[in-house]
Amino acid sequence: MGDTENGEKARKTVFVTVGTTLFDALVRAVDSLEVKQELLKRGYTHLVIQMGRGSYTPTKYGGEDGSLAVDFFTFSSSIADYLRSASLVISHAGSGSIFETLRLGKPLIVVVNEDLMDNHQIELAEELAERKHLYCARPQTLHQTIESMDLESLLPYPPGDAMPVAKLINQFLGFPDD
Amino acid sequence: MEKGNGCCFSIMASSATIIIFLIGITLVVCRVLYAMYWSSKPLRKRAPQPVSTLVVLGSGGHTAEMLNLLSVLQKDRFSPRIYIAAATDNMSLQKARLFENSLADETGVRAVKTAQFLQIYRSREVGQSYITSVWTTLLAIVHALQLMIKIRPQVIICNGPGTCIPLCAIAFLFKVIGIRWSSIFYVESIARVKRLSLSGLLLYKLRIADEFFVQWPQLQRKYPRAHYVGCLM
Repeated sequence: MGDTENGEKARKTVFVTVGTTLFDALVRAVDSLEVKQELLKRGYTHLVIQMGRGSYTPTKYGGEDGSLAVDFFTFSSSIADYLRSASLVISHAGSGSIFETLRLGKPLIVVVNEDLMDNHQIELAEELAERKHLYCARPQTLHQTIESMDLESLLPYPPGDAMPVAKLINQFLGFPDD
Repeated sequence: MEKGNGCCFSIMASSATIIIFLIGITLVVCRVLYAMYWSSKPLRKRAPQPVSTLVVLGSGGHTAEMLNLLSVLQKDRFSPRIYIAAATDNMSLQKARLFENSLADETGVRAVKTAQFLQIYRSREVGQSYITSVWTTLLAIVHALQLMIKIRPQVIICNGPGTCIPLCAIAFLFKVIGIRWSSIFYVESIARVKRLSLSGLLLYKLRIADEFFVQWPQLQRKYPRAHYVGCLM
């Protein structure tokens, strides 16, 4: 896969996703100099941003002079492919993105959108962070999280199981156990 | 004399009306309490027959969780399956169709026979004004009633958000009136760790859900009638 012996540095991509809506504060944060510098220090070479309907447009950059290459798009039907090829995922706090990333076993930083009303999404991100499945950050603290994170200490997320619910529903309706 | 009689009659008639009215109210209240009491009790009769199942799809994460659950439920028991999603949400029904088609490929039974896909008006879209939402709410209720009269499901499975509320309320009404006794199962979303969603809270507090499932232990401690079932995702 990574045959990169001819001088070129191994490609290490950071994929940023805001989901189906918009999250300008996150896009602006990852496009900031401090975050890009921390990512570079950590050995990442490419930054790909899914920016949704947001109005803040990051600057594309080829990364020829050894700095971070930056690319972005609004939406894509193949988010899964981007997740698969990423070495680090920075995501909004939607449960869909979170669990898709965790199931692929990718290191994940969830950035909580503080502008949302009734922000129950924080609960899920903080609970999973407490269980050491991911890191949880705010747009303004993202660069500190990247600087201090220890990806080795993250624990793999055990796949969910719907069997207990199915069993209880069957029992309630009087279906015999298999 | 006649005049006095008439007066007596009218008094008697009006007090009779009041008594009948009170009896009526009492009966309705008793029936509602009866429905509430038996709602959370497992069905007494064994159900060897397949049950018609209404699956209410939310959106995004909700739909993903629901399909995870459906994938482990026995398809021959929960059949036919009727999927309902908000009219503005095209993705969810599309995902349900994909799911049913993949089942059809496995079993060789054509999905058309065992699954149905319907859309329902939402009472209020994000950002809609409150004045117009009075009208749209009425419309949504009438539409939900129309669908429920047609479907009369034996089982309803839902996991929020709001789309499931009118459907579950009507299902409960059907229980009270005696049209259909359906079992309502509500699975709170995995995104709810410490507090229930509004839909969840309503179905829990009003005892409309027969069984109520939560995916985090913290919630079960707060809502003891709920079942803690671990993470679905």
